[in-house]
Amino acid sequence: MHGEGFFFQAFVYLTAAVISVPIAKRFGLGSVLGYLIAGFVIGPFGLRLIGEEGQDVMHFAEFGVVMMLFLIGLELQPSLLWRLRSPILGMGGLQVCVTAALITSLGITAGFSFHVSLAVGMILSLSSTAIVLQTLNEKGLMKTDAGQSSFSVLLFQDIAVIPMLALMPLLALKTAGTVEGQVSHGSTGWVQGLPGWAQALVVAGVIASIIVGGLFLVRPFFRTVAKTRLRELFTAAALLLVIGIALLMSKVGLSPALGTFLAGVVLANSEYRHELEGDIEPFKGLLLGLFFIAVGASIDFGMIASNPGLIGMLLGGLILIKLAVLIVLGRLFKMGIDQNILFAFSLAQGGEFAFVLFSFAVQSHVISDTIANPLIGAVALSMALTPLLLIINEKVVQPRFGTKEKEGKEADSIDEHNPVIIAGFGNFGSIVGRLMRANGVGITVLELDSDRVDLLRKLGLKVFYGDASRHDLLLAAGAEKAKVLIFALNNNEKILEIVHLAKRHFPHLTLFARASGRTETYELLDAGVHHVYRETLDTSLRAGIDALRTLGFRSYQAHRATRTFRHHDEESIEVLRHLRHDKKTYLSHARQRIEDLEQLLLSELKDPEEHVDAGWDTTSMREEFREMDQEKE
Amino acid sequence: MEVHKNNILILFAHPALQKSRVNRKLIRYVVDIEGVTVHDLYEAYPDFHIRVAHEQALLLKNDIIVFHYPVFWFSTPAILKEWMDLVLQHGWAYGREGTALKEKKLMSVISTGGREALYRKDGYHRNTISEFLNPIRQTAAVCGMEYLPPFVVHGTHTISEPEIARHGEDYREVLIALRDGLVDFETVRTLPRLNSDIKSIITK
Repeated sequence: MHGEGFFFQAFVYLTAAVISVPIAKRFGLGSVLGYLIAGFVIGPFGLRLIGEEGQDVMHFAEFGVVMMLFLIGLELQPSLLWRLRSPILGMGGLQVCVTAALITSLGITAGFSFHVSLAVGMILSLSSTAIVLQTLNEKGLMKTDAGQSSFSVLLFQDIAVIPMLALMPLLALKTAGTVEGQVSHGSTGWVQGLPGWAQALVVAGVIASIIVGGLFLVRPFFRTVAKTRLRELFTAAALLLVIGIALLMSKVGLSPALGTFLAGVVLANSEYRHELEGDIEPFKGLLLGLFFIAVGASIDFGMIASNPGLIGMLLGGLILIKLAVLIVLGRLFKMGIDQNILFAFSLAQGGEFAFVLFSFAVQSHVISDTIANPLIGAVALSMALTPLLLIINEKVVQPRFGTKEKEGKEADSIDEHNPVIIAGFGNFGSIVGRLMRANGVGITVLELDSDRVDLLRKLGLKVFYGDASRHDLLLAAGAEKAKVLIFALNNNEKILEIVHLAKRHFPHLTLFARASGRTETYELLDAGVHHVYRETLDTSLRAGIDALRTLGFRSYQAHRATRTFRHHDEESIEVLRHLRHDKKTYLSHARQRIEDLEQLLLSELKDPEEHVDAGWDTTSMREEFREMDQEKE
Repeated sequence: MEVHKNNILILFAHPALQKSRVNRKLIRYVVDIEGVTVHDLYEAYPDFHIRVAHEQALLLKNDIIVFHYPVFWFSTPAILKEWMDLVLQHGWAYGREGTALKEKKLMSVISTGGREALYRKDGYHRNTISEFLNPIRQTAAVCGMEYLPPFVVHGTHTISEPEIARHGEDYREVLIALRDGLVDFETVRTLPRLNSDIKSIITK
């Protein structure tokens, strides 16, 4: 009975996600907006398939954010984090302080007390880690200047939640310090009732134990688990680690997200990093999706409808204030104009911590329900609007104010019509591009990082800012007259998207792409890319040649043996690519990889002695001569 | 597809075709002849990694093999020598069991920078072009192939456009005649060069 209820709920949530996300993606809205819409549709103001329990689901699903930060931590080596210290502290600190101060003063002007205004100001200064990072990741913008800056600010905000929680009871006029019921997930802490210095000591101790444990205990632990060779046990251990740290952190009143982030950073250099990523990733994805659905469902449209003017004003005010602060901040930190706009539009919303903090503030009697509820509505709406804001930025703001507009003004330089278009100008793209130019071949570059765009333009290259998956941008880059389109992007899905676009609108282009592995190579070849280059093939073969030489092979022999291997390998790509389609059953990605490798190894065993360079081998001739001599005798 | 008397394979070797004046034009006269396969070795194997099995299969499909190249240091460009080393395997092209190429014909189409007068006993190079081609002639012999005299374009340093065009027309005419079996081999065998007088070797 209870089980049935659970299954029904799961059914509703999953159906909503499975239907709405592909539709949203189809229309270029991104998955986050898809989930939010799904939540709205099944929520109390849509089909009423879920009701009040949406709130509980949201609390549960917030764990997805915790997992996301763990994964981010895994990607972030300590040295990198250390390099980001200035944007985290500087940019993040300024963003939180200035935004909070502005909103506070606005509140005071509007006639609210200082305490109320400060509480609201602090809460509203936060942005949504979940929505921003998920959306930027999906658009492939995390590595850009704006993406890195957004991440830094969000990280600071996640840290800032802790002192805010501590401050909240102090702001309560009547019942300071006597609030029952701790914040996060309603757990009772260990540190309550302890004197301040002891609290600080416990907190420091916990953080230190996470770092020390991560450095010295977790690895032997995982080694033991890995030895059992039970995949699910490793998954269980990974989940245990994340949940354990989250629990520990909430016990001492710290943000679980921050704790797992820290653990992630500590483990970023460990050999289990990729395993952990692979294991946690699906849980994170599902929970985050659930979280977004819950946010969508929790938007109280009844309250909004009854007070549209107030909510609209709050929403508009929130977004405008945040935008203004972020723009000034970007300026201050010398961001390029496109990146600055992207940065501002990314972070101009309220965050999921606002829900927690508002309910805590109400519990602590800092602010009343009547103040909190409209604000919660505005925050939820602003979160839902973020993916839309980013789309507006992409489609309306950037084309008008972004770097591309500058290009439009220099329209005469478009006449060159370079034969080669390169999408992405990182390490790979820049080498290909330099080789082209060294041989007098003009190139046009499409790049997403606008600061890099500025730099390349100063060097006299023809560079367009923007997403190469847009038809108009390819057109502006001269795709109709060009002969070659080279994909130098890391994101295979993005490449495939552009390939489909190019195949439809510019079928005359010869397509070149880099692929990370065999599976990606097959995908690209299947999609119709003419030339695919596996990024590790050449380097690994060169390492192989040198290894053979070290073992005493003649240099030319090693070289030719490697050549033969390479041709063989390239032929096998074609063979296995078609074999792969013969299989009726669907194989998962990983399973596919193993099967491919198996087939590859087998095919190499079948013709091991393919006689290479037999023309230089005189064995058979010597034999013939010997036999002839014998016959004579 | 039409069946021809002889299928012809041109193994074309020029390492810097973009700088070529004569051979680039000559090859254009024959590239579209049906029954003639032009195999551009430097284009196919920029890394010199010749696919032996593929080359041998090509040879089996053809009756007349043409080495078309500019003469460098009185010999073939490096890739053609490499091709000979690797493709003409013992036990396949020669040796007791090597009979794959028996009865096929082999000829060279070559160009030299120097004028014909340099390639005489008393000339600067002290050998005729036929003598310089002896290694190829003997290769053909070892493989049991019939060696035909070369089609030679001398003096490419000073050659004029009309002269190139005339050689191009001749090249095309000879290949078509060879393809259709309209060449009088009795006469051919007496000539030092295939293109001394092409009218005399083509039967109607």
